[in-house]
Amino acid sequence: MSDPAQIIVCINGVHVAVPPATTVAAAILIAGAPIRTSISGQPRGPLCGMGMCFECRATINGVPHQRSCQIICADQMEVRVD
Amino acid sequence: MSHASDVLIAGAGIVGSACALACVRRGLRVAIVESSGIGAGATAAGMGHIVAMDDSPAQLALTNYSQQLWRDLSATLPPSVEYDPCGTLWVASDDEEMREVERKSKVYGAAGLLTEILDSRALANAEPNLRRPLAGALLVPSDAVLYPPCAAAFLMAQAQQLGAQLFSPRKVISAAAGKAQLDDGSEIHAAHIVIATGADAVALIAQLPIRKRKGHLAITDRYPGYVRHQLVELGYLKSAHATTADSVAFNVQPRRTGQILIGSSRQFNAETPEVDHPNLAAMIHRAQSYLPDIGSLSTIRIWTGFRAATPDKLPLIGPWLSDPSLILATGHEGLGITTSLATAQLVADHICSRASAIPIDPYLPARFAKVAAHV
Repeated sequence: MSDPAQIIVCINGVHVAVPPATTVAAAILIAGAPIRTSISGQPRGPLCGMGMCFECRATINGVPHQRSCQIICADQMEVRVD
Repeated sequence: MSHASDVLIAGAGIVGSACALACVRRGLRVAIVESSGIGAGATAAGMGHIVAMDDSPAQLALTNYSQQLWRDLSATLPPSVEYDPCGTLWVASDDEEMREVERKSKVYGAAGLLTEILDSRALANAEPNLRRPLAGALLVPSDAVLYPPCAAAFLMAQAQQLGAQLFSPRKVISAAAGKAQLDDGSEIHAAHIVIATGADAVALIAQLPIRKRKGHLAITDRYPGYVRHQLVELGYLKSAHATTADSVAFNVQPRRTGQILIGSSRQFNAETPEVDHPNLAAMIHRAQSYLPDIGSLSTIRIWTGFRAATPDKLPLIGPWLSDPSLILATGHEGLGITTSLATAQLVADHICSRASAIPIDPYLPARFAKVAAHV
């Protein structure tokens, strides 16, 4: 945690350290956070990794439905997956 | 092959489905012919706003009556229909539109519809994402929204349970004098043939005074609570009335899922379904002028559909001029979801020679007798 090259993001209330230039989708996987649940209760997660499938959506800094595979982690970023 | 029935209904959109249920409930033998899916045409393309409209006394009578029928039915609707009595806010942007709010409130009150006038602050509290300041709004709490294709499917399933026979995918290619020809070469004989194929009705009766009026809608991802009522600008009627130019109006609807449906646009002389990007952009800009932050929401789908528009903004309900075996149930323009249930009662009353809850006269095709004679 003392490595200055690490970035701290908060995923569903849990702080995680990730290397610079990590996508939010990767950080969610590193954190082992539960994957998103569709409106009909089916499990969802990153599929294409290039912004096309919209399956990796998360609420980032309060903005809902962000494609987490297209956003790079910034220090103290707040991420919610639900 | 040949089939016989008391009533044949061409088209299983929400109007045809409602007609099927109303007729089978009167003890009539009913056949329905649908070329695509239940509610797959204009029904699926529309917003599903169950709205009282006072463009004319006849329009208010029909929408008010039909809205009551929806309320009576609402307790039995399955969750898939997403019936939500969220009410409508007719939004006024200036003093002139506030005078329209007052006028509208009086007209609705005289028709037995309770309304509430919101001032600028009350409107901002009711809908925090609207731009400020706006002059105020008229709240019509009895208006509702629903998901039209599932409502049509529900009505059709009820009709089928009571014995109505659905022929699909089959298309009525001609109908006259109690006989309909289908695209597979078969025939259906019925004393009454209800034409409920929306703007496509002109394929069966070329002289019908119906034109396609194209519309666009966009739907967002889920943002629960972003808007709480169906929001319509009072300038909406100016847009709906414009009979030549393309027009757009601010008309936004909250869905039960948290999604926001964004409308609306109206175009004549546009009869192909592709998205018209300048028209869509104008529609979205109009929405942005009332909901400044709406551009930050993610839109997941955009589509078009075709309203069946008549010259006088009233539907065609009742027997066709030269062939009374043909009963029209079309021309509802933007009000087909709202007025489907009342249309079905008027059609069933006509077939059973019974008096209706409201006079059918303003909607009878006979009002266009002169026009048709000149065609």
